[in-house]
Amino acid sequence: MVEDWKSYEPLLIPDIPNLHKIDVYEDNGGYEAFRTVLGDQDKWSRKNVTEEVKAANIRGRGGAGFNCGLKWSFMPEPDDRPRYLACNGDESEPGTFKDRNIFEFNPHLFIEGALIAAYAMSIDTIYVYVRGEYIDWVNKFEEAVEEAYEKGYIGNNILDSDFSVDLHTTYGAGAYICGEETGMLESLEGKRGYPRVKPPFPAQKGLWGNPTTINNIETLANVPLVINNGAEWYQSIGVEGHTGPVLYGISGHVNKPGVYEYPAGMPVMDLINDVAGGIRGGKKLKALIPGGASTPILRADQLEGVSMDSNSLREAGSMMGTAGMVVMDEDTDMVDLLWRITHFFHHESCGQCTPCRDGTGWLEKVMVKIKNGNGEIKDLDLLLDMTTMMEGRTICALADAAAWPVRHTITRFRDEFEARCKKSVHAVA
Amino acid sequence: MAEQELHFTDEELNEIEKIKAKFPTAKAATLRVLWVAQKKYGHVEPEVQALVAKTLDLPESHVHGVASFYTQYYKEEMGKFVLDVCTCLSCQLCGGYDVLHQIEDRLGIKAGETTDDGLFSVQEVECLGACGYAPMVQITNGVYANNLTEEKVDKLLENLKNGKMPEFESMVMRQNEKRIKAATE
Repeated sequence: MVEDWKSYEPLLIPDIPNLHKIDVYEDNGGYEAFRTVLGDQDKWSRKNVTEEVKAANIRGRGGAGFNCGLKWSFMPEPDDRPRYLACNGDESEPGTFKDRNIFEFNPHLFIEGALIAAYAMSIDTIYVYVRGEYIDWVNKFEEAVEEAYEKGYIGNNILDSDFSVDLHTTYGAGAYICGEETGMLESLEGKRGYPRVKPPFPAQKGLWGNPTTINNIETLANVPLVINNGAEWYQSIGVEGHTGPVLYGISGHVNKPGVYEYPAGMPVMDLINDVAGGIRGGKKLKALIPGGASTPILRADQLEGVSMDSNSLREAGSMMGTAGMVVMDEDTDMVDLLWRITHFFHHESCGQCTPCRDGTGWLEKVMVKIKNGNGEIKDLDLLLDMTTMMEGRTICALADAAAWPVRHTITRFRDEFEARCKKSVHAVA
Repeated sequence: MAEQELHFTDEELNEIEKIKAKFPTAKAATLRVLWVAQKKYGHVEPEVQALVAKTLDLPESHVHGVASFYTQYYKEEMGKFVLDVCTCLSCQLCGGYDVLHQIEDRLGIKAGETTDDGLFSVQEVECLGACGYAPMVQITNGVYANNLTEEKVDKLLENLKNGKMPEFESMVMRQNEKRIKAATE
C-alpha cells in the first residue's frame, strides 16, 4: 500500500532503542523466524524455505534487482565440497549509504537472514565482506556476531538441530570494484579485486572453486520478514513487480538528507518533497540520479508520476540500482558533475579489460577538456561514440556503469554541454 | 626506512593466527595482515610488504600486488593524521571541494602532500558511503567527521593539532529520531 506511506512503520530498521543488542532483538520477536525454520524442518524443508523466498520475489538490493530465492535455487546439490554464502557489504556505489544502518541499528536481522539462507542452501560457512572504510561499523557488527555465537544461533548444532554454520566477518581496503560480486570473491581470497569471467557462475565455482551464493546485506535482512509473515504478505508491500521495504538513501540538495525506510515503489516526488523536505533554499529541482552513480540521470520533467521501482524507472529511462537517490537543484553544473563521475570510474577501473581501462581514461580526458572550455561540439559525439565501444565488451559491468552516465547526461542535458564547447572552428560563409 | 629487521611481536602473531583461522588458505589473510602491518608501522612500504610475505609464506610479488591495488594502504610514510576528503558525487554537490580547498589553505599543502611537521596529510578520495552527511572527511582510515561547515573544519583541525580525535557519530534514521531520543532521555 504505497498510497498509505505516511503511516508506514519501518520493518528493517524499526524505531526500537538498542535493537542492535541481542536481548532487545529477541524481546521484539528476533530470531523467531530462524527458530521456526529449525524447529519444524518438515514444514520448513530447505526446498520450502527457498520456494517461499522465491515466491516473495525479494529483488536484490545491491543494484541488480534479481530475485533472491531464484538465485539460491541455482546452487547445485550438496556434495563433499564446502559451500559458501558471501554477504556483500561493500556498499561502494556513490550515493549509497544504507547497509551501514543495518550494521549499526539492526545487525541481528541481517544475521538471522543470513543464517536462514545458509540453512536453505546447506551452506557451512558465511563470510560477511564490508568495505574497509566502514571499520567502525565492522567493529560494531562483530560485537553482534559474538552475541549470536554466545547465544548459540551460530556454531555447531544450532538450537539442538543438525544444522551447523560459521560466520566470519572481514573487510577490504578501498576499492569500488570489490562491490562487484566476483571482484569481492577475489578480495575474500586475499587477492587484487579483479572480477572473474562468467561462466562459470559463483554457484558452480565461487570461493576457492566451491559453490557460493552472493547476496547484499539489505536483501538478506528481508528474509526473516518473509519467513515470519509469508510471501503473500511480503508481496502486499510496495507495487506490482517490486515489493517489500526499501532503504532509500537520499542525498544532495535536499533539506533533510538521510536514509529512510518506505515500501518499494514510492512516488519519487513524495520522497524528495515530503520525506526529504524538498530542495534546499527553496530552489527548483533540476535532476535526479535515482540509484547510485551508474544509474542514468533523469531531468525534473522526466520525473512526473515516476515511482521508485524497477518498472516505473525503466519506463522513465533509468534504473532502481541501490535506491541511493542523488538530488540536484537548478544551479547544478552538469558538465562539472559528469566530469567528476568520469573521474570516479577512471580511478576505480581495475584495469583488466582494455575498453574499460582505456575507455574510462579517455572519457575523463575529454570531459576535462570540455570542462575547461576547450571542447568542441564534435567531442560530445566522440564521447557518445566511446560509450558504445565500452558497453558489453568487458568482463564486468564497470565499463557499462561508466558509460551510462556519460551517454545519458550528455543526451539529456545536451544544450548545457554545447554551451561549454567552442562555438565553431571554421567560419562558414 | 632504516636498515633493520622488521618483525611482528608475539601478540601480533597471535592476532594473525586468528585471522588465518577464518580462511582455508593463508593467502586469503593477505589484506588483513597488511592492515595489521600498517597499524604497526603506519604504512606498507616494500620492507613491510616483505615482512607480510614472509609471515604468510607468500611471494613478495603477491603482497605487493595486493598492497598496490587497494587505496587505503599507505605506500609511503604519511602524516600522523591523514585527512581523506570525499569530493565524489553527493559530496561534490554539497561542498566537498570547499572543504578540500579550506584544508589545503589552512595547512599550506595540496592534496597528496604532508605538512613539514609530519602532522597532516591530505588526500582527495572517492565515495566513502556517507552521502547523506556530506561534506565529510575520514581521518586516518578511521572515524568520519560528517556534515562539515567552515567552522567545523577549523575546529576539527584545531582539535587534531591538540591530539583530540572526533568521536564516532551515530546517524540515526530521521524517521526514528523522535522516539529514540525520547527513550534514551
